[in-house]
Amino acid sequence: MRISRRILAGLATASLAVTATSCGGGGTSGSFDDTVTVGILHSLSGTMAISESTLVDTEKMAIEEINASGGVTVGGKSYKIEYIVEDGASDWPTFAEKSKKLIDQDGVPVVFGGWTSASRKAMLPVYESKDAFLYYPIQYEAQECSNNIFYTGATPNQQSEPATDFMYKRSPAAGGDFFLVGSDYVFPRTSNTITKAQVKQLGGKVVGEDYLPLGNTEVAPIISKIKKALPEGGIIINTLNGDQNVAFFKQIQDAGITPSSGYYVMNYSIAEEEISTIGPEFLEGHYGAWNYMMSIDTPASKKFAKNFKKRWGADRVVADPQESAYNMVYLWKQAVEDAGTFDDNAVREALVGQTFDAPQGPVEVMPNHHLSQTVRIGEINAEGGFTILEETGVVLPQAWNQKHPSSKGFACDWTDPSKGEKYKL
Amino acid sequence: MELLLDSLFNGVAIGSVLLVAALGLAIVFGLMGVINLAHGELMMLGAYTTYVTQLIFKLPILKPYYNSYIIVSIFFAFIVSGVVGILLEKTIIRKLYGSPLETLLATWGVSLILQQFVRSVPLAYGTGLVISLIIGLFLPTTFPSKVKESINFKYYKFSSWIFAALTGVLTGGVISSSISKLSRASARNVDVTAPAWMRGQVEIIGTAFPKTRLMIIVITLISVIAITLFLNQSAWGMRIRAVTQNRQMSDCLGISTEKVDIITFGIGSGLAGVAGVAVSLLGSVGPNVGGNYIVGCFMVVVLGGVGNLLGTVLASFGIGIMTDLIGAGRLLSIWPDMPLPLSNIINFFATTSMARVMIFALIVIFLQFKPTGLFPQKGRMVEN
Repeated sequence: MRISRRILAGLATASLAVTATSCGGGGTSGSFDDTVTVGILHSLSGTMAISESTLVDTEKMAIEEINASGGVTVGGKSYKIEYIVEDGASDWPTFAEKSKKLIDQDGVPVVFGGWTSASRKAMLPVYESKDAFLYYPIQYEAQECSNNIFYTGATPNQQSEPATDFMYKRSPAAGGDFFLVGSDYVFPRTSNTITKAQVKQLGGKVVGEDYLPLGNTEVAPIISKIKKALPEGGIIINTLNGDQNVAFFKQIQDAGITPSSGYYVMNYSIAEEEISTIGPEFLEGHYGAWNYMMSIDTPASKKFAKNFKKRWGADRVVADPQESAYNMVYLWKQAVEDAGTFDDNAVREALVGQTFDAPQGPVEVMPNHHLSQTVRIGEINAEGGFTILEETGVVLPQAWNQKHPSSKGFACDWTDPSKGEKYKL
Repeated sequence: MELLLDSLFNGVAIGSVLLVAALGLAIVFGLMGVINLAHGELMMLGAYTTYVTQLIFKLPILKPYYNSYIIVSIFFAFIVSGVVGILLEKTIIRKLYGSPLETLLATWGVSLILQQFVRSVPLAYGTGLVISLIIGLFLPTTFPSKVKESINFKYYKFSSWIFAALTGVLTGGVISSSISKLSRASARNVDVTAPAWMRGQVEIIGTAFPKTRLMIIVITLISVIAITLFLNQSAWGMRIRAVTQNRQMSDCLGISTEKVDIITFGIGSGLAGVAGVAVSLLGSVGPNVGGNYIVGCFMVVVLGGVGNLLGTVLASFGIGIMTDLIGAGRLLSIWPDMPLPLSNIINFFATTSMARVMIFALIVIFLQFKPTGLFPQKGRMVEN
């Protein structure tokens, strides 16, 4: 009787161990002392899946790289990073729900996730109320600075402002009038408000502005407005989203709005991934502005692209959002090692001031939870990549934009308790 | 004059996209009363057919004929969407005639299935499946009547389905091995590139018009003329009209209403496929392409008056011209010195998204006064 009970208990432990390892997908291998499980939360289904799944791939790759080089070392113990991938399903309330699940049920110390601003806005209250930490990798409209979010994408002054400056001063259409086109949601509208203020400062003129409802691909009225407002050519700033770009570029080319007739489009949402979808033949000669471009000719950039292709297929490309996602995993690892614990608050403090030699060049975490980054302006070439024309030095992030009328004169600093989310400069 | 021409052309261009998309629905919803929410997905199938045809014409054997692929794909798209439509009718919709709510739910489900299908099945095998459907559905009808009357017809039918399945798998395999782009499933949007002769602009009376838009207008015109002739001049057209007007009486007079239903639904679906070719020229082709058009289609059909082709035509051109007038702020260029408050209002609505709001508002107001649309159908059926 006693023996059989012992056997039973043994069996139970054994089966528990099996379940544990099968959940984690690998379990502790010999060289690690322990494991830590992090959360990855992006859309794997729905309209955003195409874009967001590339981030999941990149984050997995970064985690595998870290594990291959010994994992995370905390307090003399080496931890293997494991991950739980949750599907946000392109549905914003789902992002909030899955965040709660990851924090409460799985107890992850950090979540890497989100793409659209809408998903971030939905998740924000969850992380603030639970005092958890979200790492968000996308270039966005800023005007937000949460103590519980860490933003590794560009703020407008790290993308659109240098781009507008380039278009007005040094592009072939320098000195020309501006026309702004975007999808009808928060990022294009905020970005264009900033651009309008900046163009005014530069002494230029915005002669028109139009927004296409999400999902609508009828751009004929926009084309006739562009032709009327810019009869001799000019600068078009494009913040259209996803597929709408295809309709836009196909139809403006047919309507004779091309670089050869004096129209130059600067894009904020078209990276290497999108160029291959839209087709370089429609985009050649137009411009893009990003922190990272695949054509950056440095060993770090080439290694990043090479490793990604090796891991996920030779036909894959890397682009700015993926680079941001890659950086944030490494920055988290560094911060955890510096803090000596996985505890949110200690990691948050250790995070500010972290530097990382990213594929784009050196980046540093600023007190406003954003990154200082390099900005690059590229011309889209026939091979589907960017020919880099300009490179700024390292640009500091502005969580509160200094050209937007509602946030001028404000800044964010989480290292100083008296300043916090929004204080007057 | 130039301004007027430009505005008119733009209006007609926008309207013809709406019209070609709504034409199939005007038949399915208008004549049969079936609320087909999968109509947009049938368009999507047409758009994907264009993409597949384009890739097939890039193969070395067909390369010399590449320029004509778009014409060929119109026929292919009609057949593909038509056959899928017929299958839909035979399996799902037939059981649900007379229960609009259930039809609405069922076809919504079908639309989700079709979207996921193109996301998760490699297009090569999708093509194979469609080919086997075409063979399976049509091969038995080509048997001589002697065979059809024989007691063993069921076996003939069965064996022709086996043959169809084999052919489908074979073509799927061949396509998948020869065109690598079609051999893997992808949720990514794909791109149809118009052949060189259809790109750029053509100048008519001093104004430049994009060729793709002209092509869409031509496709629309041909579809409208063909369908009008078919409905009014052919024997089957007459039967369709008869069944529409009084199903029971037509049944009594020996018209096979079952066949009429299949043909009507097949043609409506096929036209959706043709519309898919047209929209693939404008934007990208993806699983969601149909969903972008479905609301517009219903809007046009309802505004035109259910069951009336002329109404659908006028409604789509009306909406097209209004969209351009409001969205591009045309009134301001016609009357530049208009008083400030008025010009401010017009400027406010002169964006694409606001124009849409305005047009929906106008349609709602219009329907308050004429709830049955521009050309309401009169007759006994309607009163019932």
